[in-house]
Amino acid sequence: MSFPWAEEYKPKHPAMQWLDQRLPLPRLVYGAIGAGYPVPRNLNYFWNFGVLAGAALAIQIITGIVLAMHYAANAGVAFDSVESIMRDVNAGWFLRYAHANGASMFFIVVYVHIFRGLYYGSYKPPREMVWMLGVVIFLLMMATAFMGYVLPWGQMSFWGAQVITGFFSAIPVVGENIRIWLLGGYAPDQAALNRFFSLHYLLPFVIAGVIILHIWALHIPGSNNPTGVEVKGPQDTVPFHPYYTAKDGVGVGVFLLVFALLLFFAPNYLGHPDNYIEANPLSTPAHIVPEWYFWPFYAILRSFTADFILPAKLWGVLAMFGSILLLFFLPWLDKSPVRSSNFRPVYRVFFWILVVDVLVLGYVGGSEATPVYLMLGQITSGYYFAHFLIILPIVSALERTRPLPNSITEAVLQGKSGSRMSETAVDGNVAPAE
Amino acid sequence: MASVDETLENPDPFLEKEGDSEHGDTDGDVRRRDFLSIAAVSFAGVGAGVVALPLINQMNPSADVLALSTTEVDLAGIEPGQAIKTSFRKQPLFVRNLTPKEIAEAEAVPLSELRDPQTLEQRTKTGHKNWLITLGVCTHLGCVPLGAGEGENKGPFGGYFCPCHGSAYDTAARIRQGPAPKNLFVPEYEFTSDTHVTVG
Repeated sequence: MSFPWAEEYKPKHPAMQWLDQRLPLPRLVYGAIGAGYPVPRNLNYFWNFGVLAGAALAIQIITGIVLAMHYAANAGVAFDSVESIMRDVNAGWFLRYAHANGASMFFIVVYVHIFRGLYYGSYKPPREMVWMLGVVIFLLMMATAFMGYVLPWGQMSFWGAQVITGFFSAIPVVGENIRIWLLGGYAPDQAALNRFFSLHYLLPFVIAGVIILHIWALHIPGSNNPTGVEVKGPQDTVPFHPYYTAKDGVGVGVFLLVFALLLFFAPNYLGHPDNYIEANPLSTPAHIVPEWYFWPFYAILRSFTADFILPAKLWGVLAMFGSILLLFFLPWLDKSPVRSSNFRPVYRVFFWILVVDVLVLGYVGGSEATPVYLMLGQITSGYYFAHFLIILPIVSALERTRPLPNSITEAVLQGKSGSRMSETAVDGNVAPAE
Repeated sequence: MASVDETLENPDPFLEKEGDSEHGDTDGDVRRRDFLSIAAVSFAGVGAGVVALPLINQMNPSADVLALSTTEVDLAGIEPGQAIKTSFRKQPLFVRNLTPKEIAEAEAVPLSELRDPQTLEQRTKTGHKNWLITLGVCTHLGCVPLGAGEGENKGPFGGYFCPCHGSAYDTAARIRQGPAPKNLFVPEYEFTSDTHVTVG
């Protein structure tokens, strides 16, 4: 698809030739994820995470469709139907735990995938559209995960729905009407539960569609690589199959091992005990927290405690959505022509500070809002925005980058392909700059 | 065939105009074909918009949900100092019979000290100043504050206390401390008799 030297699909079997002339689906697959797609030869294991995210989505769709055969989206019986899945349905406990923990695994691999992109500059030209479609997928994932968490109709489900739809009531004038429209009532109830189920079933397929666009857009320039240097010729690439199908296979194996550990030995570790209490609109749990993958954003939401022109609550909501929408503009905030952080000594430091910042935000978001945590959340929220809006533009303008290798092959032959994250970063003298 | 050729050689005046306008001759006339295209697409757009209306409107509260939008409360059994929790539009509703001491406390607070300045008079009905009727929904993120039930923590201002993020309300259910921006919401209600209220 991407390079002129890509292997052409030549079916040998007459049946396949017959099919190719009528519906060239095997040709499409061959060119997209087969031997017909040339990929940089120096990708490291961080490049597994796109495929892992795809595997996680497949697991969610399969377990989800099966769970929907046993679940009843009715506020009167939803909680009981989930308990019946756990106790009565054959292997129901396995399917539900796989679906709940599968969501966590999905977010883990997607977060690694996003930070991979940030480290290696995968959002930079000509891959801006790949990046922006990725942000769209991330937003869809968050909406899907939120609505899925409401379905068991436990206390955290109910109060999570109450709090999150409450964000919309922060919008001036029409906010409360929007909230009532979203819920189909004045508080989460039958109408809200039923529509959330409908959308929770729909959105994964929308995600799958946007993933196709994401991959389509990726295959025009081809994959980025750890050096960030463009592919210059056939010697820089290997066919996706068998090289990266095999490497991704290893990654999928490790992914499944970790998934199995979580699923079989700590299935409730990432959940909340409160969600095993049926939803009660008249009693709030003492400590409402969203699922772990929303904690950094929850911390940003809670960081605004004083009114400043606009009400504090509206600021919180704007900042929370802003923290994600900001990512759409990343390709234009970071103008450095060098992609990989291995050759960007200053940006690399700020990258790791951002990682720590987001981890602290996550920790704060999962903790109770005591004054100390609140202060920590305000500092780290401020830093998050400063990283993208102040630090990145300045660093990309002033930074003196290290010399880039002339080609991927040259870097590989010198053993400095950057396939380990720090090797080129430690030794800057890879090759003279052009 | 002949008639076709004839047509081609003698295009009607409308086709002639098309040729003219391409050369930048703007005599103010709208091309017939442009008009038809825009009109057709606009009409389809209006149709799509009309069909979208029910698709959007179906998400608004349905008739059975709206039917629950008034609640009758019997105040007879609530002694001064007591409160009950009932529900209005599936949300908790606090009905509280204030003691004279609580009324005095609420009235002693200067409005300048309040985040959301309102007097107790504005939050109750004339002649029924002891009946404080509010939603039990914290204006921060929607938790149910404590203080309506027997023995619950009423917080530092003697009204309600939200356990989620520590918002404290006074005896007129006005926000005094913590992250909530507003006083507890007073729904529309009226006294149908001395001991009966219709909320909504």
